[in-house]
Amino acid sequence: MSTPANLRYTASHEWVRVEADGTLTIGITDHAQEALGDVVFLELPEAGRVVAQEEAIAVIESVKAASDIYAPVAGEILEANQAAVDAPEAVNADAYAAWLFKIKPANAADVDGLLDAAGYEASIG
Amino acid sequence: MAQQTPLHASHIAAGARMVDFAGWDMPVNYGSQIEEHHAVRRDAGMFDVSHMLALDLEGADAKAFLRGLIANDVAKLTESGKALYSCMLNEQGGVIDDLIVYFLSDTSYRIVVNAGTADKDVAWMQQRLAATGTQAKLCVRRDLAMIAVQGPNARAKTWAALPGAEAASAGLKVFQAAAFGDIFIARTGYTGEHGFELTLPVAKAAATWDALAAAGVKPCGLGARDTLRLEAGMALYGNDMDESVSPLDAGLAWTVDLKDESRDFVGRAALVAKSASKQTLGLILEDKGVLRSHQKVIAAQGEGETTSGTFSPTLEKSIALARLPLGVAAGDAVEVEIRGKRLKARVVKAPFARNGKALA
Repeated sequence: MSTPANLRYTASHEWVRVEADGTLTIGITDHAQEALGDVVFLELPEAGRVVAQEEAIAVIESVKAASDIYAPVAGEILEANQAAVDAPEAVNADAYAAWLFKIKPANAADVDGLLDAAGYEASIG
Repeated sequence: MAQQTPLHASHIAAGARMVDFAGWDMPVNYGSQIEEHHAVRRDAGMFDVSHMLALDLEGADAKAFLRGLIANDVAKLTESGKALYSCMLNEQGGVIDDLIVYFLSDTSYRIVVNAGTADKDVAWMQQRLAATGTQAKLCVRRDLAMIAVQGPNARAKTWAALPGAEAASAGLKVFQAAAFGDIFIARTGYTGEHGFELTLPVAKAAATWDALAAAGVKPCGLGARDTLRLEAGMALYGNDMDESVSPLDAGLAWTVDLKDESRDFVGRAALVAKSASKQTLGLILEDKGVLRSHQKVIAAQGEGETTSGTFSPTLEKSIALARLPLGVAAGDAVEVEIRGKRLKARVVKAPFARNGKALA
């Protein structure tokens, strides 16, 4: 299991990368993909949707089960990753390469409230 | 604390992802569930099914007792080792459990029941034995382990792993078992593929598992077991039927034998009084998504419900078993409600896949 130090995390297993322009790229963690098993379906939010922090905005289904994916912060969806929708197994192959959606945060400082790598690892025990 | 099978250490050593299943700590997969699924459809895979319980029934009245206990009729078993799949019903005609009975002689049978229902099954059988004054003894065989070896190459690889086993089992028909020393070899399974289920002393379990692995049989977890059985159209107790469901509504009418009118098995009166009110058929999802159990199905004739659903690795589509109104037929278009949306599905006859091929 890997938890890159350059990313931020949520206790609900999303990773967040802060881009140079302040937008956020979001996916699910390696720990989460391993727990889910083979991913076969993704339902991602549409661009332009305004989301609240911790709102369930996407669904990931493995062979085993369906799970919600939550917005790490409030903001507006800029883009969803159609390549991941077309080939959901990419999430198992590399959870940090297979991003799911991008958000323009309503408040850039909200990112500071997210977990760092050590905090996330502690949260999953 | 979850119970552990005799192969628990082998699963941990193989890096299995373990989950609680009916109070047992069991492997759900050893990496990729889909790869394990394909191994069984294309080559050979093995499952630890030691959480299931073997029971031996022996005594002068064993046959008569079983004819009154279960909905299928053991009188049709006359060849040594032949097996029968049946439901054990309550007085209301609901399913207490589904099980396999092996005929060894008129006074000796082996019964294999589900893990989650094992305790209530034994209690029910003991109560029936006492109530009917039966001359037979039920022996709980927790001293045995069970390994299911399944797939087109399962038998050949089992024979490679267990020298001498071929002579003992090459002549077995489907649903027939034979003793090979202290290993009971049955041509049964829960995948829709050829193969064996081996019942053997606990002390031999790990070495046999290792020998099978060395012969090229891939360890498979409960995840693949579920997708394989669902593709094969096989019911899962607790999902597709339970004590509130009649086998006639659950697609299991073929396991209920009413021919001998003098045979008064538990639940018979209830089944005769109330014919099927629903039917169980397969669904293939045509829109994108994954069917799961307990989703609402909307048909022209009324509403139904999925009882088991998953993603089918063989069809690369989502499939389900569903309890549907009478009158719905294979080929019909229906809708399934998933997270508030109605998705299109097609009604088919199960099985969806067997013997390596997609059928639906």
